Amino acid sequence: MTVGLLLAGTLPRLLPPEPPGPVGLAGHTARYGPPPAVPGRRQRDALIAEMARAGLTGRGGAGFPTARKLAAVAAGHAPVVVANGTEGEPASVKDRVLMACSPHLVLDGAVHAAEITGAAKAVMVVHRDVREIIDEAVAERARARLDRVRLEVRTAAEGFVAGQASAVVQWVQRGVPAPTATPPRLAQRGLRGAPTLVQNVETLAHLALIARYGASWFRSAGTPAEPGSMLVTVLGTVREPGVREVAIGTPVGQVLDLAGGASAPLRALLIGGYFGAWVDATEVLARPFSAAGLAHLGAGPGAGLIMALPVGACGLSETARVMRYLASESAGQCGPCVFGLPAIAGLLERLAEGRGANLGLLSRWLGQVDGRGGCAHPDGAVRLVHSALRTFGAAR
Amino acid sequence: MTGGARLRVDFIACDGRGLCAAALPELITLDDWGFPIVSGPAVPPRLLADARATVRLCPMLALRFDTGR
Amino acid sequence: MSALLGGSQALWFVSRASGLALLVAFSAAAVLGVVARLGPRLAVGELHRALALFSVAFLMLHVATAILDPYVTIGWAATLLPLASPYRTLAIGLGALAVDLGGAVLITSLIRRRLGYRAWRAVHWLAYLSWPAAFAHAVTAGSDLRIWWAALVLWGCAAAVATAVIARLLSWLRGPDRVPLGALR
Repeated sequence: MTVGLLLAGTLPRLLPPEPPGPVGLAGHTARYGPPPAVPGRRQRDALIAEMARAGLTGRGGAGFPTARKLAAVAAGHAPVVVANGTEGEPASVKDRVLMACSPHLVLDGAVHAAEITGAAKAVMVVHRDVREIIDEAVAERARARLDRVRLEVRTAAEGFVAGQASAVVQWVQRGVPAPTATPPRLAQRGLRGAPTLVQNVETLAHLALIARYGASWFRSAGTPAEPGSMLVTVLGTVREPGVREVAIGTPVGQVLDLAGGASAPLRALLIGGYFGAWVDATEVLARPFSAAGLAHLGAGPGAGLIMALPVGACGLSETARVMRYLASESAGQCGPCVFGLPAIAGLLERLAEGRGANLGLLSRWLGQVDGRGGCAHPDGAVRLVHSALRTFGAAR
Repeated sequence: MTGGARLRVDFIACDGRGLCAAALPELITLDDWGFPIVSGPAVPPRLLADARATVRLCPMLALRFDTGR
Repeated sequence: MSALLGGSQALWFVSRASGLALLVAFSAAAVLGVVARLGPRLAVGELHRALALFSVAFLMLHVATAILDPYVTIGWAATLLPLASPYRTLAIGLGALAVDLGGAVLITSLIRRRLGYRAWRAVHWLAYLSWPAAFAHAVTAGSDLRIWWAALVLWGCAAAVATAVIARLLSWLRGPDRVPLGALR
């Protein structure tokens, strides 16, 4: 009998116990057991219900319930699955680490998502750093004649918005990594007009495990409202920066301890990503790392990132720098984003340099940019700036 | 029918030409960079015809009419 | 016989008059379309559409009277097929060409919402070919250039369109007055 079943509640689940190095097909099967049987048409609904019971949500930042997406795409004709391993967020490395260490888990997830939705093909859009590893894993599976679903691998585009779901689809279809207008939703009309499931690679990895071990197993970690585990990139003023897998709801301070703890007294944490939020260090260390636990601080787990800022560093400078980056990373399609983000960055730079800035104008521009774009890029930037003003004391 | 009809801007298509704000100033103003801000949430019934005409006016086909859900 | 000739004269007269009016309307629409960016957008846009639709009305009158006129045989096919007229094939043919190109612009504009912006815009460029064809048709097929004011109108239209096109070219060479929007500028 294989030693495949992971004990309920234990971690890590997604990452091999001793990284680095990609786990080959043999090691993958030894750890997790054989892949689940290919579901027939009738079993697909039951599997989607299992995903719903598991409460799996997207791990790319938006946190959308996976079962709902699966159902919407499965209802369409000749759907296609797109695995999103772009990881456009520059500070995040968790998707790359996952693909590099457990490529077969991600591929299992993509194949299984295709089987559940009735797709014949899954397109793996992966960061160029891990392209070779994924190619090798796909080749290994082909030699073992493992999958009926056809796997295609594409190198992801670079850039912050390149990881946005519709941008990934347009990248694959036309070579342009820019978001497209919705409606129509990708689940209705996406890649070349087909109903398209776009899912973050970490979400697919969880899906692969739920398919093997069931919803109850998945829920044995995490909180009742937000079950499961997630990968977190911990960086900044910590002793051992890197990727850790944590149960959702783990206290933030404990997550930092997993990364060796703070290497200096901390002023603040940037949580979620460049589109996330700053929070005061003292206020957040005891809070659970979950949407519910961080909501009242204006933050959320986002794309699974915690960046530690030490006392003495200037939070406004950091924010101005990030803001200038976000402005330059605009896809350039929407006026409020193209013109508003650089304008806001300029004001932040003045604030950070102590030259003083018109806070009324900043507030006005933040309001004019929020929600007025073809994607959530400006929204994330606005959230970041509001949190910076709140945390670093320039708010009115 | 709660919610009513709403005007929505497709910002990817919008080029900031400003015809919509000129045609329907009661509901559409321009931000500091010339792009439309639609005051919401719903279009009042007396302006429905004007709103439909404004939707047709947009040279970039960026103004949409969402009937209430 | 004289009644027939009288009727034919009337048709011929209306055909020429509507042709001239058509050229004026078409030219005005073209000027507004070319310099749209440089003026008050709303007024220019609406006027452009209105003049284009007037042009269609004049066109129908112009074509119908020309073909119904028993004095010359043109045939309905010559409205759309450039080489179908036995009478002054090139001159009429240029008119048919203008109708074909202008017709494509008209139809795509009517179904603009369904077509999508990109396809609509691509076809709209054909207008730059349609107007010269219409003008060449007026010069070769028109019989009123000897009348001083008719010639004035004709060359006035040409001057207006030429000025507009040059203005647009200069504006394009000067470069955009702000950062152009577009995927990954």
